[in-house]
Amino acid sequence: MAGPSAPDAERTHPATGQGALPGFCVRLGRGKPLKLDCGVELADFPVAYQTYGRLNADRSNAILICHALTGDQFAAEPHPVTGKEGWWSDVIGPGRILDTDRFHIICVNILGGCMGTIGPKEINPATGKPWGLTFPVISIADMVRAQALLIEHLGIESLFAVIGGSMGGMQVLEWAALYPEKVFAAMPIAAAAHHTAQNIAFHEVGRQAIMADPDWRGGDYQAHDARPHRGLAVARMAAHITYLSEKALQEKFGRKLQDRNAVSWGFDADFQVESYLRHQGSTFVDRFDANSYLYITRAMDYFDLAGRYGGVLADAWRGTRTRFCLISFTSDWLYPTEESRKIVHALNAVAANVSFAEIVSDKGHDAFLLDEPEFHRVFQGFLDGAAEHRGLPRRQGR
Amino acid sequence: MNHADAALISSQRAIRVDLQLIADMIEPRSRVLDVGCGDGALLEYLTAFKQVDGRGIELSTEGVNACISRGLSVIQGDADADLKDYPEGAFDYVILSHTLQAMGEPREVLRHMLRIGRRAIISFPNFGYWRIRLGFLFGGRMPVSDLLPHQWYDTPNIHLCSIRDFVALADELGLRVERSIALNESGAPRRIGGGFFTANLLGQQAVFLLAK
Repeated sequence: MAGPSAPDAERTHPATGQGALPGFCVRLGRGKPLKLDCGVELADFPVAYQTYGRLNADRSNAILICHALTGDQFAAEPHPVTGKEGWWSDVIGPGRILDTDRFHIICVNILGGCMGTIGPKEINPATGKPWGLTFPVISIADMVRAQALLIEHLGIESLFAVIGGSMGGMQVLEWAALYPEKVFAAMPIAAAAHHTAQNIAFHEVGRQAIMADPDWRGGDYQAHDARPHRGLAVARMAAHITYLSEKALQEKFGRKLQDRNAVSWGFDADFQVESYLRHQGSTFVDRFDANSYLYITRAMDYFDLAGRYGGVLADAWRGTRTRFCLISFTSDWLYPTEESRKIVHALNAVAANVSFAEIVSDKGHDAFLLDEPEFHRVFQGFLDGAAEHRGLPRRQGR
Repeated sequence: MNHADAALISSQRAIRVDLQLIADMIEPRSRVLDVGCGDGALLEYLTAFKQVDGRGIELSTEGVNACISRGLSVIQGDADADLKDYPEGAFDYVILSHTLQAMGEPREVLRHMLRIGRRAIISFPNFGYWRIRLGFLFGGRMPVSDLLPHQWYDTPNIHLCSIRDFVALADELGLRVERSIALNESGAPRRIGGGFFTANLLGQQAVFLLAK
C-alpha cells in the first residue's frame, strides 16, 4: 500500500474520519482486505492512532505501545473525553523512560475499539448503520495484523520495540510470533499467553451484565438511541476488582464508611469501596462502548497462543532474534507470575534472548500503570540495553 | 567515556578473583549462560571484554533487577528448576560460580549444565581446606568464614563438598576436567595436580572447567 511520504507530513493534516479526536486516522485494507481469524475480510477500514516524539531519518527508533482492554491511543496526553491524564503519561515524555527526545512512540486504538478504529459502534458502509453485533468477532492476532498494516503504511520496516501491559502484553506476544523480523525488542508486562478459566469467567460476568441491561436492545442500542450504561458500569466494577490486590483494596478502603458515621440499614453505597466502584463504573460508560467491551473481552478469552502451535508454546517463537523482557507483579492475581514464567520457559526452550523480573508490589494487576520505581528501573534498563544493541543514541546524562 | 569503557573500569574494580579466573577460561564471542549471576558483574565483564552473547539466571529479585537495569539479559529463576527448559548445546559455556553448594540437586544441575553447554565452569568453596578441617577438629563447630559466612541454621549452602568430592562426582558423571585451579586465601591461583591432595588441603576455593 502506498503511504504518505513521511509520517511528519501526515501530522500537518487533520485527523480524517474522527474530526473531533486528536491524533491521526488512516484507512487501511484498501488494496488488499484484512483477513480475520474468524474468516471475515475487512476492507477499507479506519485505524486511529497517536504518536509522540519524532521518527528518525533511518526509521529505526519507533516504539509501538499496545494498550490494554479499556485503554486507547491517548497514552501520554489528557484524554479527549474525560480530560484525565494519559494512562502512561509518567512513562512517556521528554527524558522519561519512553523518551520522546529519542524515540518515536506510536499507540494505536485496537481493532474493535471505540476511539476511531473500526469497531461495533462504527458505521458499516455496506448498510449505512452501526455494525453492532454484525461486527465480526476479532482476535488478538487480528488486532496485531491491523497494527502491522499501519506500521507498513507509515513506512517503518521494523519496530525498535513493542511494549504493552495486560492485553497489550498479549499483543506484544503476538507481534513477536507473527512478525519476528519486525520486532527488535519485546516487552510483555503483566500478561499471559492464554486466558484461564478464571479469566474467562470474570469476562463472562461482565458480558452478561451488559446483555442483561434492557437498554442493550440485543446489541442494537444505537438504533434505539439507548446505551446500556448500567450493564457496562457493572461489568467495569466487576473487572476493576480483578485489577487490584486484596491487600490494596483493604488498605485503601477497609470497612470505612462513605460520608456517614453508621450504616444506613439499606442498599445505599454505605462503604467507601462501594462508592469507589460505582464511581469507576459511572465514569467508564462516558468513554467506552458496551459492544466494544463484548468484542474485546471475547478476543482476550479466545487468546491461546500455544493452541495455535499444537500446544507447544515455544513453537510460537522458534528461531526468534527478538530481545524479550517479561515483567510480572507479585500481587497480580489476574495474570500471575506463573503465567509469565510459562512464557519464559518457552522462550528458553528456543534459546531466545530473554529477561524476566518479578516485581514486588502490592498494587495488583494495575501496577503496570502505576508509579512502581523498581518496575520503572527494570523497564529503563532493558530499553537502554536494547537501544545500545540497536545502535540508537544513549540517554542524556548517562 | 562510552558505556563499554565505563563497564570496563567498574568491572576491573569489582570483579572477584575467582570471576577473573573464570573469565580467562572463556573464548571471545562465545555464548555464555551464567547460573546464579548475582548482580551481573561477571556477565558485564564478559560482555565488555570478551564480546560474549551472555544470559543469566538469578534467584534474588534485587540481583535480577540490577542485571536488567544494567542492560543484561537475565531471568529470575533457579538452576534446579529452570535449566531443564534450555535446548541441548544452546551455549558454549555454562557458568556456576559459588552456587553449586546451594543447589537442591547439584548432580542434576551439573548434568544439565553439560547438556545445554559444550563446557561448564564451576567455582566453589573447598570444604577440604585446612582451616575448615582444623577449625572443626579443634573448635568443634560448623565453619564460618569469608567464603562461608552463614551460621549452620541459616545457610543456603546445603551441599558443600571438597575438591576431591567434586572430582569424584565429575568422574562418576563421565565429565572431563579440562582445567582445574585452586585459590589460596590470598587469592593466588595454583594448578590442581593429579593427586588433588595438596590442592584439597591448601585451596580455599576451586575453579573447574569441565567438558563431556
